[in-house]
Amino acid sequence: MSDLYAVRDLSLTLPDLTRKPLFGPAPHTEILKGLSFTIRKGAILGIVGGSGSGKSTLGRALVRLLEPTGGSVSFEGRDITHLTEGEIRPLRRRFQMIFQDPMSSLNPRHRVGQLIAAPLRLHGVADPRKAALDALDHVGLPRELAGRYPHELSGGQRQRVGIARAIALKPAFILADEIVSGLDVSSQAQVLVLLERLVADLGLTLAFISHDMSVVRRLCSRVLVLHRGEIVEDAPTAELFANPRAAYTRELLDAIPLPDPDQSWA
Amino acid sequence: MSYLTITDLSVRLAGSPARLLRDVSLTVKSGEVHGLVGESGAGKSMIGKAVLGILPRAVEIASGRIELDGADLLQLPAKEHRRRIGRFCALIPQDPLTALNPSRRIAPQIMNRLTDILGWEASRARKRAAELLDEVHIPDPERVLKSYPHELSGGMRQRILIASAFAAEPKFIVADEPTTALDVTVQKQILKLIREMQARHDTAMLFVTHDLGVVSKVCQSLSVLYAGKVVEATDIATFFRAPAHAYSRALLAATPKYTDPDASLIPVPPTVIEAVRAEVEAADEGWRG
Amino acid sequence: MADGRSRVRRRAGVRLWLSGGWLVVLVLAAVFAPLLSPHSPLEQDLFLGRMPPFWVDGAEPGYYLGTDSLGRDVLARILYGARVALIVALVAGTLTGLIGSTLGLLAGYLRGWVDVVISRLIDIWMAFPPVLFSILLIAVMGPGLVSIIIAIVVIDWTRFARVVRAEAMAQGAMDYPASAQVAGRTRLSTMVVEILPNVLPTIVVLLTLEMGIAVIVEAILSFVNLSISTDDPTWGGMISEGRASIHQAWWVMVLPLIALFLTVLSFSQFGEGLKDRFDPVLR
Repeated sequence: MSDLYAVRDLSLTLPDLTRKPLFGPAPHTEILKGLSFTIRKGAILGIVGGSGSGKSTLGRALVRLLEPTGGSVSFEGRDITHLTEGEIRPLRRRFQMIFQDPMSSLNPRHRVGQLIAAPLRLHGVADPRKAALDALDHVGLPRELAGRYPHELSGGQRQRVGIARAIALKPAFILADEIVSGLDVSSQAQVLVLLERLVADLGLTLAFISHDMSVVRRLCSRVLVLHRGEIVEDAPTAELFANPRAAYTRELLDAIPLPDPDQSWA
Repeated sequence: MSYLTITDLSVRLAGSPARLLRDVSLTVKSGEVHGLVGESGAGKSMIGKAVLGILPRAVEIASGRIELDGADLLQLPAKEHRRRIGRFCALIPQDPLTALNPSRRIAPQIMNRLTDILGWEASRARKRAAELLDEVHIPDPERVLKSYPHELSGGMRQRILIASAFAAEPKFIVADEPTTALDVTVQKQILKLIREMQARHDTAMLFVTHDLGVVSKVCQSLSVLYAGKVVEATDIATFFRAPAHAYSRALLAATPKYTDPDASLIPVPPTVIEAVRAEVEAADEGWRG
Repeated sequence: MADGRSRVRRRAGVRLWLSGGWLVVLVLAAVFAPLLSPHSPLEQDLFLGRMPPFWVDGAEPGYYLGTDSLGRDVLARILYGARVALIVALVAGTLTGLIGSTLGLLAGYLRGWVDVVISRLIDIWMAFPPVLFSILLIAVMGPGLVSIIIAIVVIDWTRFARVVRAEAMAQGAMDYPASAQVAGRTRLSTMVVEILPNVLPTIVVLLTLEMGIAVIVEAILSFVNLSISTDDPTWGGMISEGRASIHQAWWVMVLPLIALFLTVLSFSQFGEGLKDRFDPVLR
């Protein structure tokens, strides 16, 4: 089975609480409108789109933080679309997620070592302490940081803790949701280089959500372009950048400001 | 003709020798856009805040001179200082969500600049507010003027903030990472708009950003900052073609370019960091504060 | 790169020491009252009525804080009164905190029907005027320490529940609970392991505040004679009795009033000081 994920007609509707009337339920908005694609084992898939495109929602549906309202999602051949939380829980060590804002995704009152070891303990991994320290080594952070709190670390370090936590369980798949968006150029480069190395070393399959096409070009083997909840283009990276077929893809590419004053950027 | 001249500006945490800005010197000519680039925490925003007099309470100016249109701002009495800033300067902030008052409609928020600073009467200010929204290409300005901020998109809000900034015909604007919170397609529109407005009103501008791509589109010159110290100041063409400082070269090497995907993405090397840190420490030793 | 925006040094825990100091004194006074007080708090000596405290002329040696109209030793009565105050503070405060925080946490994090039920309960409960409610309860249960404690818990748990619910909701919207879910943690486990530590600072502050409130409530109830029915002294009772002789013997009312004030103040400051000192995020 070389397809890690098989997604068929995935749709997801969420209640729009900003338009909820005083009495009665909130009106529903369709965020994902029937998406179909596959993720091969070992691929690095880029998921791009503007705000409101549904890329974050898609990511959360893939790791079943959200339950799809229609269609199906299969992971390693198994249909996980409507499994209950109890049924999913043992599967969770196979797919992990790294969040965008480490200040929000790292519990501010837990130490770094505890943050990384907790998922290991939940899944009964032997010697979680050692595995956590190994994970720190893997992401290039000094072991002393295990005793610190998140707010004592820099932005780039915090993001690497998030990565360490995700890889510690040795999952098959990782979803990275805009993980370099808040970082300055140097920290971003460090994280991207790290990610490339980890994917190669650990044989990971990665889905990388981003709005930055330059980063996607660098990292991903295949790109999914989302616009208003639909896939407008699904192509290997080189092909997408050389010959973008969808108008929206072209719009995204044209909008990128290259660090080059001579770029014709009308 | 220089509109803003900053000479040896040092800023520190009140009551502490730790400096946040170290002997910063730069010049912005009338009608020119000068970029401030660097990592987070390098002090880029701090410079703009020092000029506008909106430094956080725990932070104070330790030494240096800020000359705006010939007048030494730090020597002026507080009231005159505020008057000058209010009359001739403006800010385009980073986050359009928090910069607008959520409980007031748009119209009074733009009109305030005209009625309070220029002393215009309400009807004239209202008319000008509609004109400004038109200038920033907002369709149906009347409807937008009557709306509340939460009813509008991020891009729309940023346009409104740009309109507000240019409302009183300022001679100088600080743009503090104005497109960081925006989508890439919206960012392009906003950057073009800023360029258009700045050229039309001939406003001098300090443009703070960490994105070298953005800098190359908007600025004519720039200063590169590390830990509050200017490590290189030059014009745009020179910076991108032949940057003088190792740190500048390292920043460029760390920036991904989609037209050149196989170029290796090199994080700023530790040797460069050490070298620039040594420069900073040397500067600190020579400083008596 | 360590940037210059490092944390400003927090003020040394002055208020923690001062408030904690007073509370320690209070606890010692309450526990060792029989050993510390020179006289029995109930013993009357009508010949020694209205003696002033030791720093005023005409004081009777051995009665350091003076005596009341019936010749009872004010110091002894304050020491024994501390017992009542402390028992009410600690027991009522803790029970109120436990019940209110648990319900608030469940409502704020689990949301759904749990939140609907608990929130409605809070709304309806808070519709009863608290003073009437407490008088009603005591009238039904009869006066006594247990009644007071139950009355306080029954009325004040909603304060905790409301605040803790809001805090739990805010924390629940962050990414770290989602991260815990992705890692495979159950909802209940997430609530205790992830959310609770982040809500705890708020609970601690509310708890000590509640202890101060409990002391005041008891004082008010004993002021109107709805508190304990025996002759054991309470600060509220002393204040009430002392009003009658405020001109001739101001110390009978003022001294327990000062004790009351310092105790309530210390409770709230102690909570704030604990939060400042032990919260890792603030250090």
